[in-house]
Amino acid sequence: MPINIDKEIEGSFQIIGGNFVNAGEASTQLKLLLTKLGVDEDIIRRTAIATFEAEMNVIIYAAAGRMHYHITPRGISIKVDDMGPGIEDIELAMQEGYSTAPDWVREMGWGAGMGLPNMKKNSDIFKIDSVVGEGTTIEMVINFPQQ
Amino acid sequence: MKLSDFAGELSLEVKTCKEGLEREITGVYVSDLLSDVMANSRAGDIWITLQTHLNIVAVAGMKNLAGIIIVGGRKLPEDTRQKAEAEKIPIMTTPLPAFEAAGRMYRKLKEQG
Amino acid sequence: MTLREIIDILDATVITPLGDEDLNADIRSACSADLMSAVLYYHTPDSLLITGLTQAHVIRTAEIAGIKTIVFVLGKKPDIYSIELAEEKKISLLSTSLCMYTASGRLFRAGLPGCLYK
Repeated sequence: MPINIDKEIEGSFQIIGGNFVNAGEASTQLKLLLTKLGVDEDIIRRTAIATFEAEMNVIIYAAAGRMHYHITPRGISIKVDDMGPGIEDIELAMQEGYSTAPDWVREMGWGAGMGLPNMKKNSDIFKIDSVVGEGTTIEMVINFPQQ
Repeated sequence: MKLSDFAGELSLEVKTCKEGLEREITGVYVSDLLSDVMANSRAGDIWITLQTHLNIVAVAGMKNLAGIIIVGGRKLPEDTRQKAEAEKIPIMTTPLPAFEAAGRMYRKLKEQG
Repeated sequence: MTLREIIDILDATVITPLGDEDLNADIRSACSADLMSAVLYYHTPDSLLITGLTQAHVIRTAEIAGIKTIVFVLGKKPDIYSIELAEEKKISLLSTSLCMYTASGRLFRAGLPGCLYK
């Protein structure tokens, strides 16, 4: 299906920490937008999973955050930054199974230590930057298949 | 039936307490929620889960579970392994997802009557 | 396996209204999990999610993962907000009194495969 993008599209969503009821709303909106644009299903799926995990991390750990997206004919760039506690050891946090989530988060079905690995797995470029006490920024790029 | 009877079918890798494989299986419980396991599992059950967190050992100990099978090929953290070894809780891993690990155990237990 | 067969095998009750088209939907595989990242880890479009959690974020996870049917174990039922969300997202909800082990076991034995990694 031809991708219906003739100009660049940008936008952003606010994410409120602790708001489990609306958790996933930002990613769902972005998914709808990509569907409307006729983006390849596998690309939509990868984007949706990567952004949903990032959104959940903001909801679980941070006071608030923002998801910014930038769609071009080449692909999708996502930037998620939060006002959260930051990550002390990024290398450790990237390890599958490692999590600092408290028990109540695990009882809600999160904090399995798979979020960051899932984001990395589903994006073509994955960057994470964090300052303890200030927050975390995640940048992901998902390329469209090139004909 | 014993856990060792499932070793091949589930491609089990024994991580702690090898002798636990020879225990008779009386039941199986599948869950990733510790509170659920605390509330609903029965003594002697094998617990199938994706959780690898240290607390699984305490739950298995308190509920007298026969052992834990960690699914999805997840790596067992060293602190969990050491605690399980010390408390004699058998832990095994399988590359299968929970649905299939449970399914294969269920089918085999049913077929044995 | 059709949703109709699954309802029968699990002796499940239907939470969201289902039409003939829903009941005849082809379910290709199943995923049993309470950890949502695990659900997102597997390749799950057209899968059945078997879970013990009923909150709204479970419905959202299903939508993100392309899952169209969820069965809650141990007779659990979601609140009205989650039910409305599921209806809006066209996700079918079922409840069975079976535990996750027995629900998984019965379906696997009847020929439903597990989800694959992707």
